[in-house]
Amino acid sequence: MPLTGIEIFKLLPKTNCSECGVPTCLAFAMSLAAGKAELAACPYVSEEAKVKLSEAAAPPILPVTIGVGERALKIGGETVMFRHEKRFENPPGIALLLTDSMDEKEIDEKLERLKSLKYERVGLTLQPELVAIKDSSGDGGKFEALVKKVVQSTDRGLILMSDSPDNLSVGLKVCADRKPLLYAATKENAERLITLAKENSCPLAVKAPGLEELSQLVTKLTEAGRKDLVLDSGARTVRQAFEDQVIIRSSALNKKFRPLGFPTIVFPAEMTSDPMKEALIASIFVAKYAGIIVLSDLRGESLFPLLVERMNIFTDPQRPLMTKQGIYDIGGPDENSPALITTNFSLTYFIVSGEIESSKVPSHLLVMDTEGLSVMTSWAAGKFVADAIAPFVKKSGIEDKIKHHKLIIPGYIAAEQGGLEEELPGWEILVGPREGAHIPAYLKTWQA
Amino acid sequence: MAFEVPKTAYSGKLRQIKLGSGDKALTVGGETSYSFHLFEGEMPNLPKIAMEVWDSPPEEWPQAALEPFLGVTEDPVLWAKKCIDDYGAEMIALELISTDPNGLNRGAEEAAEVVKKVVEAISVPLIVWGTANQDKDSEVLSKVAELCQGKNLILGPIEEGDHKKIGASAIGYHHTAIASTPIDINLAKQLNILLGNLGVPDEQIIIDPTVSGIGYGIEYVYSVMERIRMASLTQQDEKLQFPVICNISKEVWKTKEVRIPESEDPSLGDARKRGILMEAMSAMVLLLAGADVLVMRHPEAIKLVRGMITDLTAA
Repeated sequence: MPLTGIEIFKLLPKTNCSECGVPTCLAFAMSLAAGKAELAACPYVSEEAKVKLSEAAAPPILPVTIGVGERALKIGGETVMFRHEKRFENPPGIALLLTDSMDEKEIDEKLERLKSLKYERVGLTLQPELVAIKDSSGDGGKFEALVKKVVQSTDRGLILMSDSPDNLSVGLKVCADRKPLLYAATKENAERLITLAKENSCPLAVKAPGLEELSQLVTKLTEAGRKDLVLDSGARTVRQAFEDQVIIRSSALNKKFRPLGFPTIVFPAEMTSDPMKEALIASIFVAKYAGIIVLSDLRGESLFPLLVERMNIFTDPQRPLMTKQGIYDIGGPDENSPALITTNFSLTYFIVSGEIESSKVPSHLLVMDTEGLSVMTSWAAGKFVADAIAPFVKKSGIEDKIKHHKLIIPGYIAAEQGGLEEELPGWEILVGPREGAHIPAYLKTWQA
Repeated sequence: MAFEVPKTAYSGKLRQIKLGSGDKALTVGGETSYSFHLFEGEMPNLPKIAMEVWDSPPEEWPQAALEPFLGVTEDPVLWAKKCIDDYGAEMIALELISTDPNGLNRGAEEAAEVVKKVVEAISVPLIVWGTANQDKDSEVLSKVAELCQGKNLILGPIEEGDHKKIGASAIGYHHTAIASTPIDINLAKQLNILLGNLGVPDEQIIIDPTVSGIGYGIEYVYSVMERIRMASLTQQDEKLQFPVICNISKEVWKTKEVRIPESEDPSLGDARKRGILMEAMSAMVLLLAGADVLVMRHPEAIKLVRGMITDLTAA
């Protein structure tokens, strides 16, 4: 919980030496509280005060990074229960589970899908980020071989899973430079795992049955200096796992309960053997608070909706998703095909392009940058009006693509028709339907 | 510092409303906490799923969605019965597609006769959904209300522009009003107030926040629904303490993402399973945000979602 200026003031030397650049300690405290100054500017602050202040300044759910370089995945760091209150910060990592009891072929196929399944949407690449490698044979040699294989096959982030600290240590030797998440410290093996995580500066998962024991174990780990922790409450039923996610998030945010102020890991892979059901369970945890979601397999039919859901839920409510400005060819249009114009609010684009597609009338769709505003909003804001549209149409290059000079505008901006015909001499401006759903019927009447 | 389960300070409770009439009538609403937060509240009535039936044969449905209903899509009565007998539907949602002025433009009288046939053939609650064309819906839904007096249909969408006419019919012939507004908590509240002023009893209102599926703006309705639930339960906003209905199936199955065959884009996987999951996951997201009634289409998607409701509320 952030401290107030007065609370901070009480921890300062109160000498008013002004060496920090501010005339008084009180003024300095106020600047600190407002985030306008750094504590390091005070040369006389006590160690005790430093610890207290940095603790108070720490986010209620600590961010944790798994992996290195371009593939480094940041999870946690969340500040709200509901996305409308601010926004969700870091989308949960999707992990593929591989075990050393699977046969070679199964592993190869799963890895191949991990690497090949990715989707482009509104300029973003959606893909799974992690591989969870599980020692289920209990054989250190087999586990090591699998870790090696995965490391050679992909540069994604790694989770090493074993009940045996010895085997974890063996697996870690092969991939320590990738800073994998070690799974998991338990009551029984905590000391060994603390050492292993510390020596290799790896993030550490913590597993305990139930939140009470989990809190105690986390306290032990943080006292030993571990800060990069990921929580597993041990729940493997849907209801318990869901409730635990809510309670963990709420404890950290609403009660400022530090022991649960870390991202979590959930295992739909261990909650059902039905792949469809597993996907649906995963969809719950995308919205409700998981940091990492471990899946038994990756298939396009389930991974695609899951990744799109994740993108949707983690969209910043203050900043609409935008499509790139330009001309989009739909259905292979030619020089006699209709040309339509709309705005670059991603939803507007998806709906309009979807309707054009279903009309089966090949078309040119001009998407104009309106800063992500929808047709009516951007029109009302003066961003999607004749003065702005005409220069865009001229520069867009559409004139080289079509023989006719006809442009279809959304029905909601019918008022711009006259203005546009003035600004675009030689063009005929046609007023299309107001609703996307009526586009197919409209296009079917098109004549160049 | 000892661990303690944090509890939300709830001060309100959702109204319970009765849907349909007779033995198979259902009750929805009554939640005292956010959905599935059973550690801090109650969901006395679990969310219900209505199966979608059209009053004219669908022409654009993808194969995967059509398959379970082959042979019955010509006849809404047979279709509704199949949903109940074969797929265990606890409610039916009859979409009056045929009345669309941009389509078949079937008249009110004729459309209402079809509704009457369906409601008389089934005993589960019946939702009747118009085309959101206010002039036409006023005419059609008013006729439907009159002809099916006393059946406690769930009628909608009722929008600000047609709430007087359809609302009056809902009062007069005793049906439940689906108060429909475009993804906005304030508009939702305002329409509830307007319906209240008109005289629609609180026990006959259900909120339709206007939904969309994954990839098509589900995050907007998700947050609007969460805000509605927050206002009802923690800020005692009486004008929002109504159950919520989400007509999700149409939105999902019309998108291009459920249609693309695997042969065209192998990375999207099996088209049938993808469609089922797009519908089931969209429904799941809405359930988490507070849906009380879902309108759904594919029997397998429904089965999956039912399973999840069971699992999330398992003792």
